[in-house]
Amino acid sequence: MKLMFVLFGTERNDYKMLDKPTWQQRIFGIVNGSIMIILMIVMFYPVWYVFCASFSNANEFIAYDGVLLLPIKPTIAAYEGAFRHPLIFDSYLNTLFIVIVGTALSTILTAIAAYFMSRKNVFFKRPISLMIIFTMYFNGGLVPLYLIVKNLGLLDSIASLILPSLLSVYNIVVMRAGFDSLPDSIEESAKIDGAGHIIILFRILLPIVLPTVAVIILYYGVSYWNAWFNASIFMKSRNKFPLQLVLRQILLENETNEMSSGIDTGDQMALSETIKHAVTMIATIPVLCLYPLLQKYFIKGIMIGAVKG
Amino acid sequence: MRSKIEKTHQRRLKETIFRDLKQNGSLYILILPVLAFYIIFAYGPMYGALIAFKDFSPAKGILGSNWVGLAHFKDFLTSHYFFRLLKNTLTISISTLVVTFPSAIIFALLINEIRTKWFAKTVQTITYMPHFISLVVMCGLVTNFTSSGGIINDLAALFRFERKTLLNDPRYFVPIYVVSDLWQHMGWNSIIYLAALAGIDQGLYEAASLDGAGRFRQTILITIPCIMPTIIIMFILAVGKIVNVGYEKIILLYNPVTYEKADVISSFVYRKGLEDMQFSYSTAVGLFNSLVTFILVTITNFLSRKYQGVGLW
Repeated sequence: MKLMFVLFGTERNDYKMLDKPTWQQRIFGIVNGSIMIILMIVMFYPVWYVFCASFSNANEFIAYDGVLLLPIKPTIAAYEGAFRHPLIFDSYLNTLFIVIVGTALSTILTAIAAYFMSRKNVFFKRPISLMIIFTMYFNGGLVPLYLIVKNLGLLDSIASLILPSLLSVYNIVVMRAGFDSLPDSIEESAKIDGAGHIIILFRILLPIVLPTVAVIILYYGVSYWNAWFNASIFMKSRNKFPLQLVLRQILLENETNEMSSGIDTGDQMALSETIKHAVTMIATIPVLCLYPLLQKYFIKGIMIGAVKG
Repeated sequence: MRSKIEKTHQRRLKETIFRDLKQNGSLYILILPVLAFYIIFAYGPMYGALIAFKDFSPAKGILGSNWVGLAHFKDFLTSHYFFRLLKNTLTISISTLVVTFPSAIIFALLINEIRTKWFAKTVQTITYMPHFISLVVMCGLVTNFTSSGGIINDLAALFRFERKTLLNDPRYFVPIYVVSDLWQHMGWNSIIYLAALAGIDQGLYEAASLDGAGRFRQTILITIPCIMPTIIIMFILAVGKIVNVGYEKIILLYNPVTYEKADVISSFVYRKGLEDMQFSYSTAVGLFNSLVTFILVTITNFLSRKYQGVGLW
């Protein structure tokens, strides 16, 4: 009980309370803390379940009824099966390529767009800015976009997974907020020294707003990593699929045969279950490992976007 | 006389533009790739949306196809799909809004009441995490958990409910959609309110507590009014999306058995356009959807500007 008070103690530290917390406050603290603990379990358990399932013995796992708390008879058979899938490795490389090249291009262009929008005394700034922002509220739709990609001859190319989603207005706005927060004098002194726009932007301003750049890189990185829809309509060749699309086939369209082949049917059914979980882990672990380290940048991005959005 | 004034105006304009191009020319060159992107991939489709008013055939191209006026719109608005789609779209988006919007605010208020720093941090880290799980994986989890051998059925079986695949029952589609949305985004959506909460002047609480207001009254009288502008902005954004239920999650979760409750306008656009290849009809439906969204955002923005003084633009 004492621990509970320590954990969820109700004294406001930020400002002085003259009295000790009343019993209502203590009860509230305990109830609140319990709600939070339950919420954390609900949020975390699905991931933990997949983790345990992926390391479990397939047959035992299928036969097991009830709440899974630890892997049953730990084995890595499911992971071996997952990597037997001809596409997992290829699609992993495709996704890495898309994430790296896409994020680099997106970030550079976003910086340029934001730099442009934060200039003063530029005659066409307003119309161009409006033209960019308008696209946030109105779009031509799915079929016209498909036709454009098709007419450009981009169907079934990795470029079709990068180019159409190159820029996000939201990220431009976040980046511009970063530039707006800088004093004009930095840029003026650079100009006097004879620096052009490219030098000012990439050598002087961007290094100063590096935390904001980190935010933008992370946002684009995650969105490229998670994207699957464009691939599902633009791509035909399976060896060019990104990871998420392969995942969709495995998790939602039940294509696990290639991975559990060579095993008798009963075991195959069971193994295909744990393979699904293994594949899920393979696709999720990189993001989940990176996220806690980078959390503060993501949060920062939301806050800037909120103020300016 | 008038024409003379106009002429001088024109000349001045020309001079200004000329000077601007000379001064900022390199800046305009720098922005060209960005403009190219928006012209090709944002305005290109808007121009392509002309096919909504035409009988598009790929052989004739956008300009060459015959005009049919509003025929596709009329088709859609009078088809028996229209009411089903509208009803499903509104049901799904309004249920999601009603459940997730207040939860994020309440969750932020509760986190804000935690006095132990590391505990609050842990809660935040864990509850933000589902936001980073990709949609495909999340829908895979949902499919797995709601399958007849899944964990939800395991629990239901303890109470002697019959085992069944929940995603094949239209009645469960909306609850599954809403709950999974709550799971994935509640923590993340609360960040913005936490930011607003952190910005409240602590002096207000001190004054209130000297006046004898308890914690609950402080929340009602100080906290809520202080974060109201944020709530309103978030609400405008949410209302704008009301007819715009994203098709990605729907497509991943629905199947022909649940179309009657799960099919929304955007998923219908996807199916008609890219699976049935009815380009013009599907574009018309999509355009209708975009227009309604745009009008809704504009109206809510106008209203909130007028009555609350906050708006998006």
